[in-house]
Amino acid sequence: MAELVSHPDEVRVVSRRFGQGATNLDRYLELDGYKAVQKALTMQPDAIVNEVKNSGLRGRGGAGFNTGMKWSFVPKQSAKPKYVLCNGDESEPGTCKDRLIFEHDPHAVIEGTVIAGLAVGSHTGYIYIRGEYRYLLEIMQKAIADAYARGFLGKNIFGSGYDFDVYWHGGAGAYEVGEESALMESLEGKRGIPRIRPPFPAVVGLWGGPTVINNAETLASIPHILLGGADWYANLGPPKNGGTRLFCLSGHLKRPGVYELPMGYNLKKMIYDVGGGIPGGRKLKAVVPGGSSTPLMTPDEIDVPMDFDSMMKAGSMLGSGGVVVLDDTTCMVKFALRIMKFYQHESCGWCIPCREGTDWLKKTLIRFHSGGGLKKDIDNILYLSQNMLGRTFCPLGDAAAMPTISIVKKFRQEFEDHLEGQPCAFEKESKIEQLPVLA
Amino acid sequence: MRFSEQFESRFAEMLTHYPTKRSVLVPTLLYAQDESGSLSDEVIKEIAGRLELTELEVRNVISYYSMLTTHPRGKYNVQVCTNIACLLRGADELFEHCEKKFGVKHKGTTADGLFSLEEVECIGACSWAPAVQVNYDFHENLTTEKLDNVLDEYRRK
Amino acid sequence: MADINITVDGRKVTAAQGTLLIEACKSVGIEVPSFCYYPNLSLQGACRMCLVKVEKMPKLQTACTTVISEGMTVTTDSDEIRQARKSMVEMLLGNHPLDCPVCDAGGECELQDMTFSYGAAESKYMEPKNHKDEQQWSPVVYFDRPRCILCYRCVRVCGEAMDVWALGVQNRGVSSIIAPNQEDHLECEECGMCIDICPVGALTSGAYRYKTRPWEMKHVGTICTHCGDGCKTTLGVRRSDTGMEIVRGDNRDKSGINGDFLCIKGRYAFDFAHHDDRITQPLIRKDGRLTPSTWEEASALIGKRFADIRDHQGGQSIGVVGSNRTTNEESYLLQKFARIVLQTNNIDHHRTADFPAFAAGVTGKPESTASMRDVFNAPAMLLIGNNPSEQHPLLAWQIRNNVRLHRARLYVINSQEIKLRRQAANFVPIPEGTEGDVASFLAGDDSAIDTAGNETSDALKPLRDKLRSEQNLVIIFGSEIRGDDISSLVKFGSNIPGSKFICLGDYANSHGAADMGLYPNLLPGYHSISDIGIFHQERGGEIPQTPGLTLPEMVESAKADKLKAFYVVGANPVGRLGLDPFSFSQGFVVVQDMFLTQTAEIADVVLPAANAYEKAGTFTNTCGDLQLLKKAGEVNGTKPDFEMIVRIADAMGFDVRKLVPFGRGTRADMGQSRGAQAGEADRHAVWLEAHGLEPKMSPFDPMAILDEIQRLVPGYDVSRMDLQAGD
Ligand SMILES: Cc1cc2nc3c(=O)[nH]c(=O)nc-3n(C[C@H](O)[C@H](O)[C@H](O)COP(=O)(O)O)c2cc1C
Ligand code: SF4
Ligand code: FES
Repeated sequence: MAELVSHPDEVRVVSRRFGQGATNLDRYLELDGYKAVQKALTMQPDAIVNEVKNSGLRGRGGAGFNTGMKWSFVPKQSAKPKYVLCNGDESEPGTCKDRLIFEHDPHAVIEGTVIAGLAVGSHTGYIYIRGEYRYLLEIMQKAIADAYARGFLGKNIFGSGYDFDVYWHGGAGAYEVGEESALMESLEGKRGIPRIRPPFPAVVGLWGGPTVINNAETLASIPHILLGGADWYANLGPPKNGGTRLFCLSGHLKRPGVYELPMGYNLKKMIYDVGGGIPGGRKLKAVVPGGSSTPLMTPDEIDVPMDFDSMMKAGSMLGSGGVVVLDDTTCMVKFALRIMKFYQHESCGWCIPCREGTDWLKKTLIRFHSGGGLKKDIDNILYLSQNMLGRTFCPLGDAAAMPTISIVKKFRQEFEDHLEGQPCAFEKESKIEQLPVLA
Repeated sequence: MRFSEQFESRFAEMLTHYPTKRSVLVPTLLYAQDESGSLSDEVIKEIAGRLELTELEVRNVISYYSMLTTHPRGKYNVQVCTNIACLLRGADELFEHCEKKFGVKHKGTTADGLFSLEEVECIGACSWAPAVQVNYDFHENLTTEKLDNVLDEYRRK
Repeated sequence: MADINITVDGRKVTAAQGTLLIEACKSVGIEVPSFCYYPNLSLQGACRMCLVKVEKMPKLQTACTTVISEGMTVTTDSDEIRQARKSMVEMLLGNHPLDCPVCDAGGECELQDMTFSYGAAESKYMEPKNHKDEQQWSPVVYFDRPRCILCYRCVRVCGEAMDVWALGVQNRGVSSIIAPNQEDHLECEECGMCIDICPVGALTSGAYRYKTRPWEMKHVGTICTHCGDGCKTTLGVRRSDTGMEIVRGDNRDKSGINGDFLCIKGRYAFDFAHHDDRITQPLIRKDGRLTPSTWEEASALIGKRFADIRDHQGGQSIGVVGSNRTTNEESYLLQKFARIVLQTNNIDHHRTADFPAFAAGVTGKPESTASMRDVFNAPAMLLIGNNPSEQHPLLAWQIRNNVRLHRARLYVINSQEIKLRRQAANFVPIPEGTEGDVASFLAGDDSAIDTAGNETSDALKPLRDKLRSEQNLVIIFGSEIRGDDISSLVKFGSNIPGSKFICLGDYANSHGAADMGLYPNLLPGYHSISDIGIFHQERGGEIPQTPGLTLPEMVESAKADKLKAFYVVGANPVGRLGLDPFSFSQGFVVVQDMFLTQTAEIADVVLPAANAYEKAGTFTNTCGDLQLLKKAGEVNGTKPDFEMIVRIADAMGFDVRKLVPFGRGTRADMGQSRGAQAGEADRHAVWLEAHGLEPKMSPFDPMAILDEIQRLVPGYDVSRMDLQAGD
């Protein structure tokens, strides 16, 4: 069970019930549980969609698309059943927030899923939880069963005449399956290969039916928005970036942990104030602001508000809320390598640039870090990453390229320091992975 | 091929969750693996038959997912996350420690069949790094000493 | 469907709604490169070679997955695009073994071509390449993972198009690998489609690998001689000690009626040509044993004996058997030879489908026979009897793909659980042998299926209703349905607007053999013997007026010692019908064949025949399409049946001009056949040939008799230009 932390700047919305025993349905009801869905049952679907749209809630899965807007793309009439799919595949390195939601507040996810269903006229929801989160899957299984037992799910929910089923679904280890179309493939029992878009899931999704896909945190925010109102939620953050966000602080920090802070919270403050700064009197070197796929930022770049638009302007991305802090003992080449190892391992292999590009980048970085680097490799690494960018079948290729480009550009000197057989200055002893090198 | 009653009742229930049989495949494979240790040819045949898939299709799916395996693992699969957040907080040391302790490399199994070692990608414990998952259990904020204690517990079980 | 207007590279392009951008570009000759895109297979968007710039889109888009929309403005070539494509090739080459010098695909490789086009010559990586040893998956399929570019064409063609599903993708990321279920062993029909469709040398053919380079072969497009579907196959041939050896067969130019398709037989089944048992010299029985001899001796002997028997015992004491595997010209010539030279109507062949009944049924109904193309485009198909997946692979392919790509409805009535039932909207099993009853039932005779059981009739009744509501139905039936049952079926079909038929015959030229009149009672084109006038005119020879003997009757006649001579061309009645070889012991038996068949073993003279890959002529496929055969292989010492027949006629003292109208046509100065002017002469020759004017200066030229066939046989009047072009 993951430890909880707190900080005075926190604004607890999604994390309101953390640590309150809300996995217990009665306790959840005491804490305003299932009120929002009952309210939603009295509303017109369009009104729910508008409320969410106006709240400025943007997808917490990483891309930051306006959630209400996404729902509005679902056709009103559809010959095939419509579905709501909760993305709980949380696998982006640096991200560990959905885990807390499932652990402490599973009913909020269920409730959000039902409300999304009401908004788009669907009668079935699936909650997909990554395979490694077995204990969370079990919590969710129990929560769903409890909700059925009370008539909150199934036929005629809350006596409203509306039917809604929610099913759990477990993964089996694959980052790419978090990508929305690969997620649907996986749920349909296939390899997690993304689908060609268009058509987008909102039009043609699970088993061909229109499908709303949202991150678990996104869906868990929905009940609060309906109860608190769109204005209240929108005003928690800067314009067009409504609400709060679970930030997962990790790396070289005194007080790592998951904190709920308003959108637009200053990154520097987040590191030094909320996260307690860097231990051992060492200095900040770089920050991964939103999970491993976002471009890294240097200490002089971090005085920015953490919202989707400001981060974009600052040349990076808000991503999935995983803030990883690196101090000056970190070898940036090794860090770039570890990121690339991840993407190489997780690439589904479908398209050439991602499959081959990540593999070559990984190999080159291994050789580079082990002291076999040549000067031209630095440019080759850039060349390769830039040729992947924007040309892959799904955004995983971009996710691999972006941090790499930022590291090479911002820390080029460290690459040069590794040239011509020089041992890595950051390694205590030379215990680096060796690949045979052709001269 | 026999699975536990719990498996069977869950399998039967899952089939009612989806419009196609195939949709139960991924979770079913993982549950089957939990019971039989690995996805042997026999298990593959059985599941393919139940879901009206070819064995090839089932194999294609198995080989895609990193938690699924056709090779038996040790009783306790020690999965050390070495991804970025854990890396920054000493995951490499933990992994090397395990390598030495078990005398095996990545994906190796100790001679007594008790432990397997695996270097894994981010397991969602970044804020509590470094972390290790033994089978499905998380162990977080680890040091080599703490990990030793954890592993000793398993050994005693 | 409405047309959509787009602009590609500044040019206006109009195409039907729903067209893919890559196809719209192709329609005006703008080629967008691709590896994974393959027409009529599912879309992948995986190779990223087809990236183009679509105005208003920030990123480059894949032309293979983009559906055109009104007003779309597209650029297919720019520095950015070239760089994108170049980098894809560079990345692919990173792990590619670059073993082109020893690769079978070298010279015919799309990766080579793409590297050439985009100049990805510089090697940016020095890491060791990922390696995996080559695997042999089956006797004919080898797989070399390092060469594979993961375009997934093989997986799709095997699954979607062939309905075999033997290939899948194992692992993920850079470890992804195309694999059969058992890692080293394919469970499939060995069609070889995966090899053909592989753009590189990852899948190679066990029959061809490491034999030669593509540019060292001559490529001859001809017609496969293994079943009645008539697929085009391109044979790669090479000079050998014994003539011209066929090294491989494939459908590389995809211009035949079979498009992308070719089956195991068309692809691999030609090694029989160089079998050790092949006869390469005339054999004459001396002292009871077949002894090698010369052509002169053999022709003289046959000529003398045939003439003697005809002159002393009469033509009716000679029997002739033709073949389902010889060309139309040979069959035509054989019956003409029998009728006017041997003076007999005793001619027959191994009959398969009842083509005469079918011809009678559809006379006066123009447009009532369907082609393979119709099968691919029909909204609905009815299949009664036969198992096309095995007997007519191309037909099965057309049916399957029509169902898959056009959502056509397939209705199957069969006594076996044939594989095509998987594509069927409706499959009705019937008891064996009741196909004919079903035809009567369809035509309205409800009592015809009384004996078939309630289940069958309960299933057939709604099916008949459904069929009656169809339009443009293609009705395909096997040789189980014959005679009157064919007329019933035709009657049933006539009430369905636009319906067409296909009558399935077993062998490569069964249809042609029937059309050419290898019947004792029917002349070419199913004219009855009494209907003889036109033939008299044309031939200037007398044809006996009474119908001759059927093959079984000939055998009886031989037993009764009435049949004195037996001339068998490309058939093996003794082996096939299990005849008593001694039936013919009193007669003079001449056999033309490739091998010493059971029939040849009892012969007095055996002449070594060329097979259909070793001669020119035409074949008629089961749908009735006339197609040109080109000579590809050659085995020294053999001759085409055509030439042998002419030689025998000559040896009998017959004026061969009356048999083969050679020496007509235009005579042209063919000019130089080598050197600078050679092309000139070639172009003349092609033009002349296409217009049916090529000089037919030899009596052994089958084209010389094709004119006569085209004049006399209904349905054969296709233009030479079309015949030449193959469509
Ligand atoms: C490679 C890749 C991995 C992703 N992984 C996740 C994930 O683990 N969880 C998640 O919620 N979204 C993930 N996403 C984003 C989803 O595709 C999708 O945008 C998101 O689930 C939509 O929900 P939202 O609008 O609520 O953010 C991933 C995207 C990509 C390209
Ligand atoms: S970018 Fe391509 S290879 Fe990578 S995960 Fe996406 S589809 Fe798969
Ligand atoms: S042809 Fe378009 S991606 Fe391969």
